Amino acid sequence: MDFGFTIAAYAVAAVLFILSLGGLSNQESAKRAVWYGIVGMGIAVLATLFGPGSGLWIMSVILIGAGAAVGYQLATRVQMTQMPELVAIMHSLVGLAAVFVGFNAHIEIGRVAAIFFDAGLQFPQPEGPLPVDAYVLLGTLSNFAELIGKKTAVEIGILRVELVLGIWIGAVTFTGSVIAYGKLAGRVDSTAKKLPGGHLLNAGAAGLSLILAAMYLGGAGGWTLVLLTLLALFIGYHLIMGIGGADMPVVVSMLNSYSGWAAAAIGFSLGNDLLIVVGALVGSSGAILSYIMCKAMNRSFVSVILGGFGGPSGPAAKIEGEQIAIDVDGVATALNEADSIIIIPGYGMAVAQAQQAVSELTRKLRAAGKEVRFAIHPVAGRLPGHMNVLLAEAKVPYDIVLEMDEINEDFPKTDVAIVIGSNDIVNPAAQDDPNSPIAGMPVLECWKAKQVFVSKRGQGTGYSGIENPLFYKENTRMFYGDGKKSIDTLLPMIE
Amino acid sequence: MKIGAPKEIEAGEARVAMTPESAVQLQKLGYDCVIEAGAGSAAGFSDATYKAAGVEVVKTAAALWKAADVVAKVRPPVAAETKRLREGQLLISFFYPGQNAELMEAARAKGANVIAMDMVPRISRAQKMDALSSMANIAGYRAVIEAGNNFGRFFTGQITAAGKVPPAKVLVVGAGVAGLAAIGTSTSLGAITYAFDVRPEVAEQVESMGAQFVFLDFEEEQQDGSATGGYASVSSPEFAAAQLAKFRELAPEMDIVITTALIPGRDAPELWTEDMVAAMKPGSVIVDLAAERGGNCKLTVKDEKIVTDNGVTIIGYTDFPSRMAAQSSTLYSTNIRHMMTDLTPGKDGTVVHNMEDDVIRGATAVFAGDITFPPPPPKIAAIAAKPKAPAAKELTPEEKRAAEVTAFKAQTKNQVTLIAIGGALVLGVGLIAPASFMQHFIVFILSVFIGFQVIWNVAHSLHTPLMAVTNAISSIIILGALIQIGSASVLITILAALGIFMASVNIFGGFLVTRRMLAMFQKS
Repeated sequence: MDFGFTIAAYAVAAVLFILSLGGLSNQESAKRAVWYGIVGMGIAVLATLFGPGSGLWIMSVILIGAGAAVGYQLATRVQMTQMPELVAIMHSLVGLAAVFVGFNAHIEIGRVAAIFFDAGLQFPQPEGPLPVDAYVLLGTLSNFAELIGKKTAVEIGILRVELVLGIWIGAVTFTGSVIAYGKLAGRVDSTAKKLPGGHLLNAGAAGLSLILAAMYLGGAGGWTLVLLTLLALFIGYHLIMGIGGADMPVVVSMLNSYSGWAAAAIGFSLGNDLLIVVGALVGSSGAILSYIMCKAMNRSFVSVILGGFGGPSGPAAKIEGEQIAIDVDGVATALNEADSIIIIPGYGMAVAQAQQAVSELTRKLRAAGKEVRFAIHPVAGRLPGHMNVLLAEAKVPYDIVLEMDEINEDFPKTDVAIVIGSNDIVNPAAQDDPNSPIAGMPVLECWKAKQVFVSKRGQGTGYSGIENPLFYKENTRMFYGDGKKSIDTLLPMIE
Repeated sequence: MKIGAPKEIEAGEARVAMTPESAVQLQKLGYDCVIEAGAGSAAGFSDATYKAAGVEVVKTAAALWKAADVVAKVRPPVAAETKRLREGQLLISFFYPGQNAELMEAARAKGANVIAMDMVPRISRAQKMDALSSMANIAGYRAVIEAGNNFGRFFTGQITAAGKVPPAKVLVVGAGVAGLAAIGTSTSLGAITYAFDVRPEVAEQVESMGAQFVFLDFEEEQQDGSATGGYASVSSPEFAAAQLAKFRELAPEMDIVITTALIPGRDAPELWTEDMVAAMKPGSVIVDLAAERGGNCKLTVKDEKIVTDNGVTIIGYTDFPSRMAAQSSTLYSTNIRHMMTDLTPGKDGTVVHNMEDDVIRGATAVFAGDITFPPPPPKIAAIAAKPKAPAAKELTPEEKRAAEVTAFKAQTKNQVTLIAIGGALVLGVGLIAPASFMQHFIVFILSVFIGFQVIWNVAHSLHTPLMAVTNAISSIIILGALIQIGSASVLITILAALGIFMASVNIFGGFLVTRRMLAMFQKS
């Protein structure tokens, strides 16, 4: 059977997927781009259903329908603050699907080999043209079996490498995503935990997986594959357990990348170019996101994955001064007198669900003719771009929400900077104190504004446990209290 | 408690320590406000506007001093007013405790507390109550306006149909608050402005306001400005000589000279000598803001305007703030109001005179029957900028070029190495893998490449939608499950069915949530 039509449809789908990612370069074209993605997916699935996936198509359609219903529920019910969790749990599904597909490929190899053996034919196929009787036998098999049946010994070997890779990456993605989900949703303690043995345990498990993979490729049978999967599941679990909450942007984008590579590996084993294209696109996308996040924290990818911050490289610079509190009247007066205001949101804003109040504050201040802008650090929140989505949901126009590089030099010209629920990303120690654990990390230079208000629950340190000299600066005032309540009491006092 | 502002007794004093606006703010602190009838009329605030702001207007000064628990004034109290002070009453005004020991003693004997607005320490937190700065700001502005009034030409240069008018040249000596205000006013009127100060660290501020800083060719370790509370200190005789030589050189060119040089607790230094005045063009104007302390120019007559034999006008007024009474009253009353805010932590209309507070301690001259002047140095250092570390060496164009070339070479080397390694790896794979694999492999490599090119262009703000959409399309793995579900093996069918279900959850969930998010991004 030949599926020229299917291949053509795949080509169209691949182009649409690329366009759909490319369209995300700005907010307006993104709205169109998501349709490209949807249409591309539709074409790909339909072409497969009419072509190589036509076996049991009714069941496939029913299953897709059921999946659609669940997916619809998920997508419409989710709160924007829960986006990181949703993304994480969805990665786990891709990972698990990759594991299943990989196992299927393994089982199918065994079945095809058995069929050929029963028919007294050679399998895998020898080099050169296919024997006539083998060709006849292949015609009786299902599409997938036929694909495998045509392969030579080297090709079967490569197929095995690919499916081992697909299963291994898929399994790591699965448990890793589940743990990431648990941490983001607060069901698992989000601090960095270490099992005894720590990284040695991971390294050991990885080494053992490699040995098992080699055994499997040497023909040791299915049990090696099962064991390898269990080891991968353990690695995924243990790796992510060791990573703290604030590093989640890196973890989630890394898992995103893994799910892509798993799809690409499966694509190789199925000989399906569309899977390879999409897997590679997603894989590189996740990799770039991880890279951007790491760069924004001035940390290497390895150090994030190994978890925890490095110790200080020397005595931290002593902080002088005191934290001076301010009440709501003081903040209101300063805001009423200010002309330009920059708001720096962080994960704390999402936790306090303060984005609506912040948006209302922005609206009022803008109505009074003040320039209000938002400064977003790349790692603010628990997901790349998390703050942008939250602010967009609260109806803050996206053209006043700026990236760190766009706005950092405007702070000296700003009257008031408001820090809501962020800490490390506004820590001047990153620039001033070479001994600080976050030295060299790019930060928002809000302390250069004429006045800084920090909305914070209490006098604690942030996730990294690093003192923030910003809170002790002379132009900084601490506005203690729950973020949402603080802003809500502030609102009526803005003229 | 009640806060009251009497009418200023001193002749020619038009300011008032409470405006209707500040009274509203004071009432928010829990105080009742009272004012003497006619106290604000010279500054343009009628009794009716005070009444409208909820202020009680009393007829006589005696009644006011009796009624008020806190008296806010501009000038130091005169003898008649000192007599009216009573035990426990708080007086807030300019007091100059350094020069007014007798007055301080009189207030102590009466048992009143005194906060001297001129003693507010110069730290950031206290800037909002720094009345000296408020007044100096006004004086600097007014100095330029007075000079303009007595100067027969334009400030700004013009080319008119009737000929060319050269711009006026203004020299401002002393770049403190008054000096900077004068510089700002003068530059915005269009004059070419020069400024001089003994503290070289203010050169940056001067230049930021559009004036040229006059540098001396003189090597001397200047004292750190922040060590003296941000004020200038006495300079060495050699430095003073170099400075005078420079002024002598500038004098014939300058049309307007505004001198603001003061050293705390001393007579004003003589900076503009008689021979400099003689060297100036007829019609030039000198405004001496240091007239109160003897003047930076010896010819200055306090409170008067004189014209020298060679036609140079010298203005020695000392009441510039009072000449702009509405503005200065507004600023001064705001300073008082900020002082009251710090004195009223509870906002309940009761004064808490916290002598532990740096600002309140520093400004208090008499407290609870004791003279508390001079105050100990504040715990926080003054705000004057510390001398800057020598700036990083400016690179020459050649060095820059060289650095660029090195960077370019390093980049090229980097890229070539990466390509070489990548190429070698691909070739290595090609040596062992069969052609059917390599066909897919080239697709993979190209896709990764496209992925990198495309994703770098994605806006940072859309990273979350990007993750959701990549999540949705990575469910393309559904194709694998769809192909496998038709298998004859039940196990395969079940696993594939699960795969299809999970992937389709992801497809629909991912795309829908992406659409939902993107729809929320609205332009203003």
